[in-house]
Amino acid sequence: MDNTDALVIRGLRVSVEGKEILKGVDLVVPKGEVYALMGPNGSGKSTLAQTLMGHPRYEVLDGEVLWKGENLLELSPDERAKRGLFLAFQYPVEIPGVGMGNFLHIAYQARTGQEVPVGKFHRQLLQRLRLLDMDPSFISRNLNEGFSGGEKKRCEILQMAMLEPEMAIMDETDSGLDIDAVRIVASAVNRIYAESQRQMGVLIITHYQRILRYIQPLHRVHVMMDGRVVLSGGPELAEQLEEMGYEFLERKLTEEGVLPGPTPGQEFGH
Amino acid sequence: MINQEEQLKQLSVYRYGFRDDDARYDFVVPKGLSRGVVEAISEYKGEPDWMRQIRLQALEIFFRKPLPLWGADLSDINFDEITYYASPTRRKVQSWDDVPEYIKRTYEKLGIPEAERRFLAGLGAQYDSEVVYHKIREDLAKQGVIFVDTDTAVREYPDIVREYFGTVVPAADNKFAALNTAVWSGGSFVYVPPGVKVEMPLQAYFRINAENVGQFERTLIIAEEGSFVHYIEGCTAPIYATDSLHSAVVELIAKRGATIRYTTIQNWSHNVYNLVTKRGVAYEDASIIWVDGNLGSKITMKYPCVYMLGKGARGEVLSVAFASAGQHQDAGAKMIHAAPYTTSIVTSKSISMAGGRASYRGMVKVYPNCSGVKVNVRCDALLLDEESRTDTYPVMEIEEERVEVAHEATVSKIGEEQLFYLTSRGLSEEEALKMIVNGFFRDFAKELPMEYAVELNRLIELQLEGSVG
Repeated sequence: MDNTDALVIRGLRVSVEGKEILKGVDLVVPKGEVYALMGPNGSGKSTLAQTLMGHPRYEVLDGEVLWKGENLLELSPDERAKRGLFLAFQYPVEIPGVGMGNFLHIAYQARTGQEVPVGKFHRQLLQRLRLLDMDPSFISRNLNEGFSGGEKKRCEILQMAMLEPEMAIMDETDSGLDIDAVRIVASAVNRIYAESQRQMGVLIITHYQRILRYIQPLHRVHVMMDGRVVLSGGPELAEQLEEMGYEFLERKLTEEGVLPGPTPGQEFGH
Repeated sequence: MINQEEQLKQLSVYRYGFRDDDARYDFVVPKGLSRGVVEAISEYKGEPDWMRQIRLQALEIFFRKPLPLWGADLSDINFDEITYYASPTRRKVQSWDDVPEYIKRTYEKLGIPEAERRFLAGLGAQYDSEVVYHKIREDLAKQGVIFVDTDTAVREYPDIVREYFGTVVPAADNKFAALNTAVWSGGSFVYVPPGVKVEMPLQAYFRINAENVGQFERTLIIAEEGSFVHYIEGCTAPIYATDSLHSAVVELIAKRGATIRYTTIQNWSHNVYNLVTKRGVAYEDASIIWVDGNLGSKITMKYPCVYMLGKGARGEVLSVAFASAGQHQDAGAKMIHAAPYTTSIVTSKSISMAGGRASYRGMVKVYPNCSGVKVNVRCDALLLDEESRTDTYPVMEIEEERVEVAHEATVSKIGEEQLFYLTSRGLSEEEALKMIVNGFFRDFAKELPMEYAVELNRLIELQLEGSVG
């Protein structure tokens, strides 16, 4: 595979507050492909997402992350954003007093390095809101301030649509949403992907299969357990996983020697 | 720890720090405070005897009263080193063309005549001890609105001044009220006749120029029944090695159904002690709104107050404080409910950074038999780093049961999560910080005329520049 147009993660080990969470992640997400990363709670999915975006609290112990051939780990979060990386947060924070419209305008200019007149930007914004079936009143509110869980997730999707990323990582955007909201989010992702002329790479991190049912296209599914990617396959893997459950898979992989034995507290490094 | 270098860095972003080295003074009293100095000021001004007596009595009170020990540290003020009166000119003019050149230059740098042309109903400009320029729009003057400097008011409207002067803030209120009453000079006198609404703001601009000169303006605003007035003041000073003292007294009287809105954007240089007593009385259904922005000064102690004396009166204080290296902003509000169905709202926001300290000091009092009173106090503090400090000292004395009181105080640190969130969208850390801080102050900025909101925004951004390591 040609890796110059991909997000390449090799042997990534990451610790948080002294505890090793990622224990050697290998994953390649090419531009133009939509991947899912599934796994049980605590397997390290969100740690991977935050590390990819450059959260200062996550310490990289080993490994590398390349984006279009450049070492991402040496860049600050804003530099990563400027290079087209985007993270849809699992828990977006409230920024009181900062208007959505103004924020999006400033962020767009920062991300793209282009000056865009307010009027023109506003028209683009309204067009995207229509694309996502969102109420225009949304942009007169303050960034995530007083938003419901569902509104916060949709706000992330709106930002994803506006900032035109080349590689979008979506950290459990479906969690906490009811089935209708999940469908809306999924169809928004489909539309943003289509709008990108199928050029955008997407990594959908999720616990459940349900959102993946609506994602079109879905190229590959990866499964993460105990800080590593342990299984990869086509979209059908998501369905199989839903049927057998993570616990069953965990036992199976342990028997096969892919995962270490169930000895709580045991240290194993590389 | 804050070293001198950091303080200098803070000062260097202060763009009003220039001085007029060619300033000339018509009359300057010797340093220090004495009966002789007070008499000299009064004589130079050609004041009536009653005012001289008020001054001299106040001076005695000043000498008697100790420094307040409950607030910021004032022990470094050397009262003997201060010049209490320095008059650049004997003349007050109504045309910028007639203002002395060096003074005009200063105000032009501050953008003042411009602002007057664009959106003000009247303007006063005080340079050190004296008001050098004063003008009100003719149509308002015709409606009977008076807007002059307080010295002129003593001469031209002695009956009104005598009736109200010192009734809201008596000289004995505190040491600095006494000091102001003894040596006061300049300030604004505003009188709005019944039913007259002054839609555009009146503005006064206070500028200290000379080193070691104190500024002690005295402002008195009387809004007759059903009238409305919005008064704005701005304050700046040059940077000197020694500290200056600004100690004003402001008295507001809002008669039945009247509204007074009083906006201050204080941006003194970081070597000014800013010790101000601001108080208003609101009669039946009257409203007094203090909008108070404290950005500059070394130490500020200021607690705008509303005495609600009539049924249905309203008091509001909306304040922000920005405390950076070497600054202590000790600000707050006093709400005195002395009548039923009165309402007070206090919203205080402060930011501390680079070792600065912001304190909220508030007092709410509800007297017995004042039923149906509503009180809402909210204080939000934001800390930008570990070495800065914020404190809240709220006092509530509620002597009536049938009242609604809400008090909420929050302290937050600029979260790593907030910064990460915004930087992940492409903003640099400094841009993210500015966005968070401006968002924090937004409710306050909304209350300002647009020109001031923009300026506030800019001032805050200047303060934050280079603050991200």
